[in-house]
Amino acid sequence: MTEHSYLIALLPLLSFVMIVFFLRWKEKVSAGFSIAMILTSWVMSIIVLIETLARDGVPYEWFYVFVDLPRFAPEIGILIDPLAAVMLVVVTTVGASVEIYSVGYMHGDPRFSRFFAYLSLFLFSMLGLVLANNFFMIFIFWELVGLTSYLLIGFWFEKPSAADACKKAFLTTRIGDLGFLIGLFLLAIYAGTFNYNEVFDIAASGAIPTGILTAVAIFIFCGAVGKSAQFPLHVWLPDAMEGPTPVSALIHAATMVAAGVYLVARSMPLFITSADASMVVAVIGLITSFMAATIALTQNDLKRVLAYSTCSQLGYMIMALGLYGVDTANGHHSPGFYAGTFHLMTHAFFKGLLFLAAGSVIHAVHTNDIREMGGLLRKMGRTGWTFIIGSLSIAGIFPLAGFWSKDEIVAAASNHPVFMFFTLLIAFMTAFYMSRLCFMTFFGEPRDQERFDHVHESPNSMTYPLMFLAFLAVTAGWVGLPWLSHGFSTFVYSGEPYHAHANYWLMIISTIVASSGIVFAYFVYYKKSISSDMLAEKFASLYKLSHNKYYLDEVYGIVLLEPILSLGRFLWTFDARVVDGLVNGVAWLTMLWADAKQWIDKWIVDGAVNGSGWIVIQGGNILRFLQTGRVQFYTLFILVGIIVSVFFKLDYAPTDAGLPQTSIIVIAGIILIWFVGRMINARERAAQAAKHEE
Amino acid sequence: MFYYLALAAVLFAIGLFGVMTRRNLIGILMSLELMFNAANINLVTFNRFIAPEHIVGQMFAIFVVVVAAAEAVVGLALVLVIYRNWRGIGTENISIMKW
Repeated sequence: MTEHSYLIALLPLLSFVMIVFFLRWKEKVSAGFSIAMILTSWVMSIIVLIETLARDGVPYEWFYVFVDLPRFAPEIGILIDPLAAVMLVVVTTVGASVEIYSVGYMHGDPRFSRFFAYLSLFLFSMLGLVLANNFFMIFIFWELVGLTSYLLIGFWFEKPSAADACKKAFLTTRIGDLGFLIGLFLLAIYAGTFNYNEVFDIAASGAIPTGILTAVAIFIFCGAVGKSAQFPLHVWLPDAMEGPTPVSALIHAATMVAAGVYLVARSMPLFITSADASMVVAVIGLITSFMAATIALTQNDLKRVLAYSTCSQLGYMIMALGLYGVDTANGHHSPGFYAGTFHLMTHAFFKGLLFLAAGSVIHAVHTNDIREMGGLLRKMGRTGWTFIIGSLSIAGIFPLAGFWSKDEIVAAASNHPVFMFFTLLIAFMTAFYMSRLCFMTFFGEPRDQERFDHVHESPNSMTYPLMFLAFLAVTAGWVGLPWLSHGFSTFVYSGEPYHAHANYWLMIISTIVASSGIVFAYFVYYKKSISSDMLAEKFASLYKLSHNKYYLDEVYGIVLLEPILSLGRFLWTFDARVVDGLVNGVAWLTMLWADAKQWIDKWIVDGAVNGSGWIVIQGGNILRFLQTGRVQFYTLFILVGIIVSVFFKLDYAPTDAGLPQTSIIVIAGIILIWFVGRMINARERAAQAAKHEE
Repeated sequence: MFYYLALAAVLFAIGLFGVMTRRNLIGILMSLELMFNAANINLVTFNRFIAPEHIVGQMFAIFVVVVAAAEAVVGLALVLVIYRNWRGIGTENISIMKW
């Protein structure tokens, strides 16, 4: 199966093509076909994962060089190593759940089939990205993923906010992609190849100067910053929540945003050659994580809180990977790599679950604002309990999936006190804001009775994927139990396998931190023994900063957009005055010239043409009288013609006038005189006949 | 030889004049015959006086007579058709090709 793993990516593409060209008009068939395809991909991914396990994680690589140039030889190829195999399963699992869920969520949408076509195209791009064996190919799929993200965020493009959000997402990630592209150029120049293993071998051999390697790593990280919504390019992710909720779950929580983390994990051999680049990665991850967590504390939009939570968790993973790079570059052992990828996997499951559950809530309540919800657990049992499971998992409560992966990240940060402190602080905030969501949404008394009365549980097609993902959100972490001798840590590794060992102190600390966050939220939002308004007033400046998302959108507006817009306005004026003036001037001159030419054409050319026609008509008017209709008249012409030609043929000379010649001339003369007489006669008669007719 | 040729020329001129001036199609055809025969006389004359050892000219004259007979057949047939259409065989009647 591993050698046919390209099918995993191609089946969703087939589904996309089939829906677009053949099945678009049949909504149920479209949905059914794409779900069948992704389920097939899912089964194949699991088989591939099992086969990879059976090979002890030995990578399988197949590629085909399609342009063989000396310094530029892009390949199409697949690389199945443990990391890719795990990612395949994650993507297809969440993808299949989301597609099934969408049947219920998108029910009745006028562009139902198109939604499934886009989802399939996205899954193709994402799976291609995971399967790629070189940087060139990953970049192509990287851009495809960006395109489908754009299409899906703007799926309800009638809403101006959705249209703006998709543009914002596309342009913001494009900034990061530019960095990625520059990194690829540097690779092409200094390594001369894009193939992962060749690049890593060259990097490890020391053939490339360290400075260049640092630059390459940071530029590639730029791509990850854009896609994984890291500071300072994270601003697009919360706005991307304008898209349909299944899209938020699939693309902006579980898979596409994870692509950045995947890219960093993929390029880890590059990062471990440069402690500086790795430090940049870790610091960016920490800043993002901390900032997003603080913003999430005060937002009131259910999906936005989850979006900032996603940002925060992605920052966590990036930070873990960066710390791994720093430690490895300095010759230390670190669980960071495996912690980051482990958290990537568990996070995909529980964040996908949280988004889908949030979508189910929004579907029922028809609002995103958690201040208008409350007490929903009584009406939406399945949704509520799965959401709570997801929240506990992300908060890191024993023994759910999030606990094990978050624990490893804390362990990875344990060598760096500053990172350690912030990691625990973020864990506390995560537990707090997730509990806040749960208490506000599902517990207490309903704050909007009218909405509450209309609430009903979502259909099975929506709740079954929720329960499936909830199961994974509980169990997915168990593959990485520190007591397993061949757990996740020995399976996914970069360089030497890391043998995890249970660190009970860390477990206890992180459990205390998470529980205290939940307890704190319990007192604030459930018991109301601590007033949230009082807290907001006490820390008014901090509250405002967090509530307004650190004013980053405004800062970007002033620092970036305003100069660009005024430049645009200046260029517009320049365009209107100078360029348009030039163009219009040229057009005016052309028209003038055309007028002159028209005059010449009309009076001289047409005059010549009509004039020659007029001459021919007049000539014809005269000569038509030769056509008398009389045979004998024509014979006369023959005769005269013969006489004239004979006259010339005989080379007539008057001196030796022979009888034949003389007689011929005489006859011809007589006949001609007679002819002219007849001719005049005929014209007169014709004129008379014309008069007579009048 | 001169007299023969003169006879032929006179005969030809008479025929030509007839073709030109006659208004009756039958007359025109008869004048044509005169012109044929003027040419025949020329042929025979030249044969006799210039190259008597061959009889090409005489052969040709006979040939012309044969063709003339055929031509007369076609011509008279046309005259008949014309007569049926116009109830007359004067050339002034058949001027439908006039300007």
